Amino acid sequence: MLSRDDQDSLKTTPLHGLHVALGGKMVPFAGYDMPVQHPAGVLKEHLHTRSQAGLFDVSHMGQIALRPKSGKVEDAARALERLVPQDIVAVAPGRQRYAQFTNADGGILDDLMVASFGDHLFLVVNAACKEEDEAHLRANLSNDCIIDSLTERALIALQGPKAESVLAKLCAEAPTMKFMDAGPHKVAGIDCFVSRSGYTGEDGFEISVPAGDAERLAKTLLDNPDVMPIGLGARDSLRLEGGLCLYGHDIDTATTPVEAALEWSVQKSRRTGGARAGGFPGAEKILAHFDQGAARRRVGLRTEGRAPVREGALLFADSAGGEPIGKVTSGSFGPSLNAPVAMGYVPTASSALGTNLFAEVRGQRLPLTVAAMPFVKNTYKR
Amino acid sequence: MTTTLYTSDHEWLAIDGDVATVGITDYAQSQLGDVVFIELPKVGRTLKKAEAAAVVESVKAASDVYAPISGEVLEVNDALGSEPALVNSDAQGKAWFFKIKIADKSELGGLMDEAAYKAHTA
Repeated sequence: MLSRDDQDSLKTTPLHGLHVALGGKMVPFAGYDMPVQHPAGVLKEHLHTRSQAGLFDVSHMGQIALRPKSGKVEDAARALERLVPQDIVAVAPGRQRYAQFTNADGGILDDLMVASFGDHLFLVVNAACKEEDEAHLRANLSNDCIIDSLTERALIALQGPKAESVLAKLCAEAPTMKFMDAGPHKVAGIDCFVSRSGYTGEDGFEISVPAGDAERLAKTLLDNPDVMPIGLGARDSLRLEGGLCLYGHDIDTATTPVEAALEWSVQKSRRTGGARAGGFPGAEKILAHFDQGAARRRVGLRTEGRAPVREGALLFADSAGGEPIGKVTSGSFGPSLNAPVAMGYVPTASSALGTNLFAEVRGQRLPLTVAAMPFVKNTYKR
Repeated sequence: MTTTLYTSDHEWLAIDGDVATVGITDYAQSQLGDVVFIELPKVGRTLKKAEAAAVVESVKAASDVYAPISGEVLEVNDALGSEPALVNSDAQGKAWFFKIKIADKSELGGLMDEAAYKAHTA
């Protein structure tokens, strides 16, 4: 239990009062008092997001503007490329890209979204890492960029097959946006930054809104009968079914993007032989993993029974004996699959789809199979 | 005539002669959320008071259910295998977990009656 002092020191988002009014079950998460679930419960919230639309408060995440001192966004992009293995120069105005801050060992300091708004870059980083990320940016990019932490903004995600029709009523441009489009748009008359992306595997949007307008916008969205408020519990089960990494669990400072099966996120221009190969922290190790392969790999895992295999469960090659060969990094019950789903790291030799493995759960070895991710087909509007 | 007693860990026991039917309370299920899997003890296993006897898994987490008293497991509720959500809809009725042969009636002395349990969860 948290002491009163701990409770009092928790930060709140601009939607905190709304969560409490909606009956959200509040828990501490990354220093914030956040709803783990609303009255519908994790299962219904999850399924509602997949069938209609869910509204998520992700205002605890960090929003940072990188403003080039030269006035040219390419200069901010080139500067940011010193910290991430992605091609940021190629992110066209109005587009967004998934990226990772890497460290000198090739590990991942955080994962983030980078959008170009034409005259500056807009970054969304994880709540638990945002102070370190900001310090990292200041320490490395201050010569080229003004690092502007946008603390007076909330972030609302609207996810699911009805997200487009719901948002279209408030933002005329929403239906014209494609997956990973991002830019300033008016939503319900409010100046927002809207991206067509999310963390559920569903089509949907993330809306950055001034803090003072956040509750009004959230209430307007929730007035639509297709929209249900969703807590962090369903956010986690949705992203896990979507095969998406959770920082600090599936990726961390000891995993490279190649080990994490995130090769798709590193463009050819930054790999060996590319126009701007290397030049990011840990490039030597990460490019060696690209060129020679890594010893281990993040994989999806499915079980036969209904017992969830949770984070931390050790993985074995055989039903008895032997040393552990890997570990589960995220595991839960997938409500849309009505079955357990997990991801974890295994030796690359054991990472092929269909490989049979065992997870130790309460002293017993449960059979698992290496399975393709996402576990639930994503529905992005490409 | 059955008497229902409660533990501070949110289990209920319906005592009928020397047999106790054990489950988790409605308060416990409301805290756990949607139950997706339940692991029950094997029939014939002798449980010691306070040892982990069953596991309840919600989407979010796994929770142990401890044996509220010592004794041999006589019967388990197989219906929970195919329908774990019974725990959410009828925790103190159809969603009983197991029946145990009471080894030592004096262990019942440390348990709460309904009024005391209500005060405990208030």
